[in-house]
Amino acid sequence: MDFNYLSTILFLPAAGALVIALTKSKDEKLSKRLALIFTAIPLALAIYLFIAFDRSAGAAVMQFEERYLWISPLNSYYHLGVDGLSLPLLLLTTFLGFLAVLISWKVHERTREFFAWLLLLETSIIGVFVSLDLLLFFIMWEIEVIPMYFLISIWGSGRKGYSATKYVIYTLFGSALMLAGILSIYFTTNSLSMIEIAHRGMGMVQTAMPAAAIFWLLFIGFAVKLPMFPLHTWLPDAHTDAPTAVSVMLAGVLIKMGGYGMIRLCVSMFPEQAQQYAQILIILALIGIIYGAAVTLLQTDIKRLIAYSSISHMGYVLLGIFALGEVSLTGAALQMFSHGIVTGLLFAMAGLVIHNIEVRDMRKLGGLAKQVPIIMAVFVIAGLASLGLPTTSGFAAEFLIFLGSYTSGMVAHLNVYTIIAIIGVVLTAGYILWMIQQAFHGPVKEEFNGVKDADNLEKVYMFVLVAAIMLVGIYPAILTDVFKLGIAPIAALIGG
Amino acid sequence: MIPYQLVWLIMLLPLFAFIINGLLIRPFVNRKSKLYGYITIASIATSAVFSVWALISVMSAENHTIAVPDVNWIVIGSFNFHVGIIMDQLSAVMVVVVSIVSLMVQIYSLGYMAHDEAGYYRYYTFMSLFTFSMLGLVLADNLLFTFVFWEMVGLCSYLLIGFWFHKPSAANAAKKAFIVTRIGDFGFLAGILILYFNAQTFDIQALHNMAVSGLIGGTALMWAAIGLFGGAIGKSAQFPLHVWLPDAMEGPTPVSALIHSATMVCAGVFLVARTMPLFVFSPEAIRVVAVIGGFTAIFAATMGLVANDIKRVLAYSTISQIGYMMLGLGAVGTALAAQIQSRTLILPNEEMIIIAKAAVAVGMFHLFTHAFFKALLFMGAGSVNHATGTFDMRQMGGLRKTMPWTYATFLIGSLSLAGIWPLAGFWSKDEILASAFTSQPALFWLALITVFLTAFYMFRAIFMTFHGDYQGGAKEEGHDYTHTHESPWVMVAPLVFLALLAIGAGWWNVSGGFSSFMGHEAEAANGGIAALFTVFTHTVNGVPLPLISLLVALLGIFSAYAVYLKRWITKESIGKAFGPLYQMAADKYYFDELYENIIVKLGLVKGLFNGFQLFDSKGVDGMVNGAADIVVRGGKAIRQAQTGQLQLYGLFIGIGVAIIAICVLLFGS
Repeated sequence: MDFNYLSTILFLPAAGALVIALTKSKDEKLSKRLALIFTAIPLALAIYLFIAFDRSAGAAVMQFEERYLWISPLNSYYHLGVDGLSLPLLLLTTFLGFLAVLISWKVHERTREFFAWLLLLETSIIGVFVSLDLLLFFIMWEIEVIPMYFLISIWGSGRKGYSATKYVIYTLFGSALMLAGILSIYFTTNSLSMIEIAHRGMGMVQTAMPAAAIFWLLFIGFAVKLPMFPLHTWLPDAHTDAPTAVSVMLAGVLIKMGGYGMIRLCVSMFPEQAQQYAQILIILALIGIIYGAAVTLLQTDIKRLIAYSSISHMGYVLLGIFALGEVSLTGAALQMFSHGIVTGLLFAMAGLVIHNIEVRDMRKLGGLAKQVPIIMAVFVIAGLASLGLPTTSGFAAEFLIFLGSYTSGMVAHLNVYTIIAIIGVVLTAGYILWMIQQAFHGPVKEEFNGVKDADNLEKVYMFVLVAAIMLVGIYPAILTDVFKLGIAPIAALIGG
Repeated sequence: MIPYQLVWLIMLLPLFAFIINGLLIRPFVNRKSKLYGYITIASIATSAVFSVWALISVMSAENHTIAVPDVNWIVIGSFNFHVGIIMDQLSAVMVVVVSIVSLMVQIYSLGYMAHDEAGYYRYYTFMSLFTFSMLGLVLADNLLFTFVFWEMVGLCSYLLIGFWFHKPSAANAAKKAFIVTRIGDFGFLAGILILYFNAQTFDIQALHNMAVSGLIGGTALMWAAIGLFGGAIGKSAQFPLHVWLPDAMEGPTPVSALIHSATMVCAGVFLVARTMPLFVFSPEAIRVVAVIGGFTAIFAATMGLVANDIKRVLAYSTISQIGYMMLGLGAVGTALAAQIQSRTLILPNEEMIIIAKAAVAVGMFHLFTHAFFKALLFMGAGSVNHATGTFDMRQMGGLRKTMPWTYATFLIGSLSLAGIWPLAGFWSKDEILASAFTSQPALFWLALITVFLTAFYMFRAIFMTFHGDYQGGAKEEGHDYTHTHESPWVMVAPLVFLALLAIGAGWWNVSGGFSSFMGHEAEAANGGIAALFTVFTHTVNGVPLPLISLLVALLGIFSAYAVYLKRWITKESIGKAFGPLYQMAADKYYFDELYENIIVKLGLVKGLFNGFQLFDSKGVDGMVNGAADIVVRGGKAIRQAQTGQLQLYGLFIGIGVAIIAICVLLFGS
């Protein structure tokens, strides 16, 4: 590889953060423009990689690899690469990272600092998706906590201190277990290469501790992030109190690190254990889907509602992953991407409502359709995508998960579980339509006369996200053709 | 023979209209411009022409099918999926119904929506999208594609019921419609998954082949068929998911005419018809269809008897008539299923498929005629509303003088719906009664009573609306409805056109106009005008059914005449005689209360979901915060040990070293 694309994508946002932090200028615009540039280039490069990715039959699974010896006593490498699974997630991260800057255009408080943290956050998330060395993976995973803490606790609202602390403690709890898991793998195999370990399989080697224990240590770390019931309570608080762009990043890509980690580490390295415990994990997924949707129905805060809906939607991801079929895993990956753009858009719109109308309690909203027709139209589209309406990405993803898990056959009674999961779509319709009705329908309220509808800048990111949702919904193969290249080798490890 | 590209265009033209209206010209054209309407009408008119061409081509084509190549959509491992079109008898008839009714409704809307402050833009954009989706639904060659369009028409229904979303009742009705039908969609989706699991395909023709050849069968097929029928129950507002349709009348009346009477609500009937070979090989499932249909027919009709809102009368009538269609499908299907079960009918697979597909003729014939006269009736109600500003029949009366065209066409529609010879409804209803009589005698009696009820409630509506004295219309500030007038020609012309179809559509079929698509081979042999009269010589098992059903319908009209025009019997005395029954029907048998207040609000939201919510905040999160609390308190407690006195630390170190030393000595080797 002549040019280190991945390193460039990975470190440009961090470099941008440094540049923004070091400019002494009081000019807000400058920081914003710098942030835009330092996120636009990674996005452009990611799009290039997505196009250049070799999809032909004999192509390597991992592409654009970079590998340099990093810490030789530990046998640790600076090793980056993307396969069909991580490439779309990389694209998603750079895409939302770029849009997050646009979404934050109206941040006026401590602007330099804000954008510096936001860009550092992007680097760490990208790092998780492109690292192929466990130590590097873990470091990237951990770095993310720092910007998140400051972003929520400084620019947040409500009980922001509590929510930020809760987020950090939850995450550290998970990553402490994960670190123990990674160390156990290292002491057993003397390797930190994710590919090598997945190839050899942990089932064969004599492990320092039972393989099942390592599986669970890793799994819990990812489950906190996903989040999986009952490890989910940090998420509504973090979302409710986070600034809009951070909610977008959090729902859009951060929690996808959990699903990605489960596939990349838990399923690829421990296929036997994954199969052994799939039953219980699928039941937890179903609880997440139904219970999450039920609790969502009762929320009155617009951001909290969307946050709870994520728990339900991530339940589908968990179901798709541990149904362990090729189609179901692809569906889970697609759902991660789809949820990223759909919920990202929903949070952006909710943020706009809160910013422009200054009300977040839906019982006090109403009749806004006449006053903010554009916000409403986009909100409705995002809502319909969230409830899985055909021609939106939400349907393609959910349908693949249902189909994949019903037909997977890797776990007993999967057909029954799948049918139960479908009940979730009825509840989803319930809370989405309730939300739309509460906020936008009904008689026009005088007090909202004169509130601002979306301006041109906002229209740009709305249009881009809506287009992405429809594109993936109408032609999901644009992503599934790539996902399947990454999923197929993993599915082969399970199916044997 | 129609080129297959034009078959694609039948569904794509309204999509183009949607894209042009919705996205392309909006920046340049005022939202109140009629241009949106013209674009929609032009595209749908062209679709209608191609549809009729397609129908003619299909009638003369080999196997009554036109082959249309398909397009790849998504491929993952063994799961590959393409999109394609079936153009056979069933879809040919459906595209004609959909495009013609839609065309009439779009023309009519130019007049009806003229004074709406929301303008034409949103209305025609959604209407084009609906027409595209509905045509896609009937043309789809696989169940996944069907489901996609099935949801799309549901979306359009939601958007159009809630067209006036500033009215809370409209917003509620839209939400209710979407959620209730989605409960049915749960069954549809489950049915699709079961079929795919067992057959590895969504392709409808492949599924037919497998059902007929026994590759899929048993309980799997039964549950799949029942699941599909669950979707049909929701979409077609059959018992027990009927509650959304009366409320859906909150939408603009042309929307009710198109979506909530003629086309979308009949999609359930279409779905069962499309998958009929699956049903005839699962006798339990097809029996469920017959029973639900027969029951819904009479159940909804009783509610139609007491409604005072003319659109709600028509809505209950629609539910009831769709029940008839289901009964028609179910009765013929059950008979066929019984023959197959008892092995009295053994045929090669190809012929079996043809027989099974032909079993839909009776139900589809009624769908066909119903679409025309029910759209006509709704548009008539809209015309009346245009003049009076209300849908409450108690505020109308005597309109036959000022609105002669509306009156005449409404009367034709009602006679057709009541099943009066020789109008369209007579022929199709007669077929259903005959098939129920032979295969489901119990349901036949329900259906016959429903004939009486239907004639009664329709003429109750006519007498209240058009006869007697005018009651003054809506009492609304700033509007004067005391002087009624006929609607403009753009509204009347579609009424007249549909009235012609409501007269002739049945006879055309009976006299062989559709060859054998929708049954009636026997009469067709007689052909022409003769078929009009020979029908009364027909007997089923020795009983002259056509004559009986005609007499029952006339009795219904006469009863309405006696009560509502001549007042020989007063409404009050009927109310007394049927006291509690009357009240129950007027209160819609309390289903809205049961579903909304008891199950959803009390059982789910206040009960279960609230329990979840409490569990989430107090249980799960309580534990998290509790754990944090314990750490904090523990920290405070342990802090006591940090005294800062070196001696004490020294002591602890000493004890520690001693313990380690002892351990090493004990376990060291």
